[in-house]
Amino acid sequence: MWLMTLRIALRALRRNKLRSFLTMLGIIIGVGAVIAMVAIGEGAKATIRSQIASLGTNVLIVLPGTLTQGGVRTGSGGANTLMDGDAKAMMQELPSVAFASPALRRQDQVVAGNLNWSTLAQGVAPEFQHVRDWQVMEGRFIHEGDIESAAKVAVLGQTVVDKLFGNDDPIDSVIRIRNIPFRVVGTLAPKGQSSQGTDQDDTVMIPYTTMQKRLMRITHVQSIVVSAVSADRVQEAQEQITALLRQRHRIGPDRDDDFTIRNLSDIAQAATSSAQVMAVLLGIVASISLVVGGIGIMNIMLVSVTERTREIGIRMAVGARSRDIMLQFLVEAVVMAATGGILGILLGIGSSEILNQWAQWPILIRPDIVMVAFLFSGAVGVFFGFYPAQKAAHLDPIEALRYE
Amino acid sequence: MSELIRVRDLHKTYVMGDVEVPALRGINLNIERGEFVAVMGASGSGKSTFMNILGCLDRSTSGSYLLEGQEVGSLSPDEWAHIRNHKIGFVFQGFNLLSRTSALENVELPMMYNGLQSQERHRRALETLSLVGLEERTHHMPNQLSGGQQQRVAIARALVNRPSLFLADEPTGNLDSTTSAEIMALVQRLNAEQGITIVLVTHEFDIAAYANRQIHFKDGRLISDHPAEDRVKSRQQ
Repeated sequence: MWLMTLRIALRALRRNKLRSFLTMLGIIIGVGAVIAMVAIGEGAKATIRSQIASLGTNVLIVLPGTLTQGGVRTGSGGANTLMDGDAKAMMQELPSVAFASPALRRQDQVVAGNLNWSTLAQGVAPEFQHVRDWQVMEGRFIHEGDIESAAKVAVLGQTVVDKLFGNDDPIDSVIRIRNIPFRVVGTLAPKGQSSQGTDQDDTVMIPYTTMQKRLMRITHVQSIVVSAVSADRVQEAQEQITALLRQRHRIGPDRDDDFTIRNLSDIAQAATSSAQVMAVLLGIVASISLVVGGIGIMNIMLVSVTERTREIGIRMAVGARSRDIMLQFLVEAVVMAATGGILGILLGIGSSEILNQWAQWPILIRPDIVMVAFLFSGAVGVFFGFYPAQKAAHLDPIEALRYE
Repeated sequence: MSELIRVRDLHKTYVMGDVEVPALRGINLNIERGEFVAVMGASGSGKSTFMNILGCLDRSTSGSYLLEGQEVGSLSPDEWAHIRNHKIGFVFQGFNLLSRTSALENVELPMMYNGLQSQERHRRALETLSLVGLEERTHHMPNQLSGGQQQRVAIARALVNRPSLFLADEPTGNLDSTTSAEIMALVQRLNAEQGITIVLVTHEFDIAAYANRQIHFKDGRLISDHPAEDRVKSRQQ
């Protein structure tokens, strides 16, 4: 019975190939738009997520507070209140903190042989590697021993390796920063762009003690990067760090903090939620076009019911029940919508692949969205086919047989 | 012979706005199995309305209609569809075949609504098409067939579910006289050989002459009911 109804529907649609195709076009474009838009939205979201993950998971950055001198405020990070002991204390005393490392940074000219390159020199502790979740490609990272002895050793980012050594092995070579020789002990795995678009691999890492003594001649630290033990304990870590630093810096209850804590997961959340809003908006716009496509189906089905009034009369005269007629037209509408849905899915996947290839837009095609789009197009067929089918089923057979 | 149709005091009134138009004003009629009845009358005499009621396409306003002893006036639309499918075969003046559908598939159409397997449908459709002499034309579309051939397809479609009542509404109205004679010969043969009960509406006396009983309608009443005089005896093909 079902198979036969399906065959009747397919034949009716084949009879008016161009009209059926034009009717389906609404659904094809609607579904195609949904698939492509969601693929682009999801792609953007995934990119942002991976950029944020590359900063290190569960990361907090502690910066010194502002300093007011003679009415002049230095802005965030201007004070010299953070000490390397603060980082050690966090790791030892706070259960929510996994790793903490001082981080000092300055732009410097790095020389190797007859090549030179301006890059970001970072003074860090061994824990920095764990906080940022950064793999060593060759050699080793900075040791505890390097920190204690303020050793003149360096670990190079991939971009610096490329610029200063090309294809040569940089391990055990000597580079010079402000004329001080450093021995290269390791290279870092490439990490790519940050979410702000800066090249994270364009860096040289040295022990923070060496940075303090040799390059900057300071005793405080510019910032401390901290990782919480897990993503859901970031908030707890932030509270515990605040309490610990207030106590260590002897800040009375009525005074403001002399530091600020930046929470990377907050930034991550803001970025992903804006991408989420984008994806939802694109999805809504695309869904509207799907509904418009459904109205097109309804329109053509109404025309078709009128055109085939006599056919309906004949079918009724030979014994078709109302529900047989209803089913026939409903199946026709659903077949049209579902075929449009399948073609739309192909169009959507195809066009997002093209955008990915030509415009380098990141895309992510989710099978569940494809499934939902297909089912939704079928549902559009049922919804917009229902009224015309009911109209057909309720025709008076005598009137229908007389219809010219 | 047993009784197939019993109609008692049948009334049908159409309501057009505020005006009531009586189409049938108390019809009483019995038709036995195997009869060949010609229903005659001018347009507006109520004969078409009567046919629609006999064919379970239209409902009477009052009165009773028993088909094979079953009161059909009070049945639901789905039960009517079932009766039209199983017990009644229609033939119309305008043939009413599905366009762009082969003769075979047109004949299969009534069986699509009674759950027969496709092989059985196919077999019966072919058998019925050869009964009306169209075994050579099974895959032709209606527009590739002559008027007479189209009406033969329609007759095959009406017969394929082996109905107890065959209703023909001016079946020769669109045909020339030679073809009309052929079709009427076929109808007469079906009545004689298959014993099918036939009710045929016409306003032409020479067509009515093929029947063995003629009834006349005028202004919604039955005014005469008699056996056909000088009945045409067509050559048995």
